[in-house]
Amino acid sequence: MEANILPSVKTQNEEIILSTKNASFFYHDKTAVKNVTLNIKKNKITSFIGPSGCGKSTLLRSFNRMNDLIPGASVEGDVYYKDQNLYKSSIDPVKIRQQVGMVFQKPNPFPKSIYENIAFGPKINQFQGNMDELVESCLMKAALWDEVKDKLNESAYALSGGQQQRLCIARALAVFPDVLLMDEPASALDPIATLRIEDLMNDLKEEYTIVVVTHNMQQASRVSDYTAFMSIDRDRIDERIGVLVEYDETIKIFTNPKNKETEDYITGRFG
Amino acid sequence: MENKSVILAPIYKDNLRNRKIIGKIFNILLLISVLAGLFMLTVLLVDIAIEGVPWLRPELFTNYHSRKPENAGMKSAIVGSFIVISLTGIISFPVGVGAAIYLEEYARKNRFTDFINLNINNLAGVPSIVYGMLGLVVFGRMFGLFSKDSWLVQTFSLPVQSGMVNGLVFNLFGIPWLEIHLPFGRSMLAGALTMSLLILPVVIIASRESIRAVPPSIREAGYAMGTTKWYVTRTLVLPIALPGILTGMILALSRAIGETAPLIIMGAFTYVPFLPNSIWDQFTAMPIQIYNWITLPQEDYRIHLAAAGIIVLLLFLFILNGIAVYLRNKFQVKW
Ligand SMILES: Nc1ncnc2c1ncn2[C@@H]1O[C@H](COP(=O)(O)OP(=O)(O)OP(=O)(O)O)[C@@H](O)[C@H]1O
Ligand SMILES: [Mg+2]
Repeated sequence: MEANILPSVKTQNEEIILSTKNASFFYHDKTAVKNVTLNIKKNKITSFIGPSGCGKSTLLRSFNRMNDLIPGASVEGDVYYKDQNLYKSSIDPVKIRQQVGMVFQKPNPFPKSIYENIAFGPKINQFQGNMDELVESCLMKAALWDEVKDKLNESAYALSGGQQQRLCIARALAVFPDVLLMDEPASALDPIATLRIEDLMNDLKEEYTIVVVTHNMQQASRVSDYTAFMSIDRDRIDERIGVLVEYDETIKIFTNPKNKETEDYITGRFG
Repeated sequence: MENKSVILAPIYKDNLRNRKIIGKIFNILLLISVLAGLFMLTVLLVDIAIEGVPWLRPELFTNYHSRKPENAGMKSAIVGSFIVISLTGIISFPVGVGAAIYLEEYARKNRFTDFINLNINNLAGVPSIVYGMLGLVVFGRMFGLFSKDSWLVQTFSLPVQSGMVNGLVFNLFGIPWLEIHLPFGRSMLAGALTMSLLILPVVIIASRESIRAVPPSIREAGYAMGTTKWYVTRTLVLPIALPGILTGMILALSRAIGETAPLIIMGAFTYVPFLPNSIWDQFTAMPIQIYNWITLPQEDYRIHLAAAGIIVLLLFLFILNGIAVYLRNKFQVKW
């Protein structure tokens, strides 16, 4: 299947911040995702959609080498952050993860106070500035400040799920990343909390590049500028190998998809 | 669809009554086993209290063993147990927790680690007397390497002594209080090292359980912030695991404080009429003192003083367990 479709190259002045070139991902001997080539643009929101198990999380986690933590996971091909080949041996994943932050599906604050959660990252990097100001500004950016400003020393687990997720976003922002990877950040939240997260993503776009995995078509169409549709390779259906089927501006994917499979998926006729 | 559910419903047999009866029976069986254990414990405690409480006098804490039961105490045994158990804690905590961290967080899952796991579990079940023999050979005698006629002493003409202290004595880096005795002999240090070996498997197993119970999502969140494995372990995993580790640690120490066999093998004395000055001194311990009294023919020793000694030992145990509860609550991480 010829699936390596890049967004129409109309805007050459838009900077590319993340990209993969013929990247394949494996868990032990099993191929999870094959031959993905795509470019992700700076200060845009890019969403990954597709059926369960097609490798969205796998691809997402390769951008900050979180896959390294899974025993047996390996990569072939290239993944770039700016002009660095992320899987070159000279690259330190610890450093990459500071620049490419991550927010997980299930809110996972540290069992510490709200303040300590935000201060965790800056402390590692021996942040020299005013910690109180940093904590405040991160909570502001994550649209959480007003709700928690009077209880910064209370446990993060005293917050609601939606608040916890915004706290996790604020925590990720505190190390001044360029990119935020979000793996289904709103799937555990109610519609109102979901909308808050989406608004937040829109605000953050000014300063950050966001890549988001979602199962929610409306969400993808509402928040993202670009959408990548991934699926299982039809030619080798038994092996369940994930492939990139179509990647384009969100508006094109949702109004005028080139691929029949994409159309079926976004209109809910997938199966 | 509707038809199907109608057909399905009568397939179930109505056994709710039976299930409830089984639940009741099980409940009663459990209660009986609790009561059986409690009953034996009560009998034991009451018996000991009757025999021992009248003999809980100041002399018990201020005197050494004496030829007159009225004057006999267990001062050196209490101090000996206290120091040996403290040393055991100091030695086994870092080693045990370190091993647990390595095995849980760092070690790759392969045949070698499987082999280590199997052995740790087996070691937890080895009789304590075996540890006593190991301790005697390794720490107490150091394979005889420092005896007069060993090849090591002969080759380097080491100035070994014999008499009160056997072997080599020197000051590390010439610092007066950094005295080293080789071999460790019948010292408190040798006893504590042997006790540490004895409880290490339990400490490691308890610490590992506690470390494993830390949710992986917390580690993931830590790594995603751009932190090293050590930082995640130190600032996230260990604080969360600490209450469980401390509980396991203190339960292991409670076991060690009542152990007699390894100390007897190690050569702990039954009659020590002085308090130790350093970790190199000879010592006795509470269970040894109690054992010694039980073997004497007079009833005052055999029954009353022994019972009083057991009460003191039990008090120590309660204090240790109290500390465990306190530490657990103090370090409990609030979720
Ligand atoms: N830790 C792992 N070990 C082995 N195989 C894995 C692991 N994680 C994922 N896989 C496999 O890789 C493939 C892609 O998984 P991935 O989690 O990336 O899918 P996904 O698109 O994110 O799915 P979902 O929408 O359900 O989150 C799946 O076939 C899965 O079984
Ligand atoms: Mg996923």
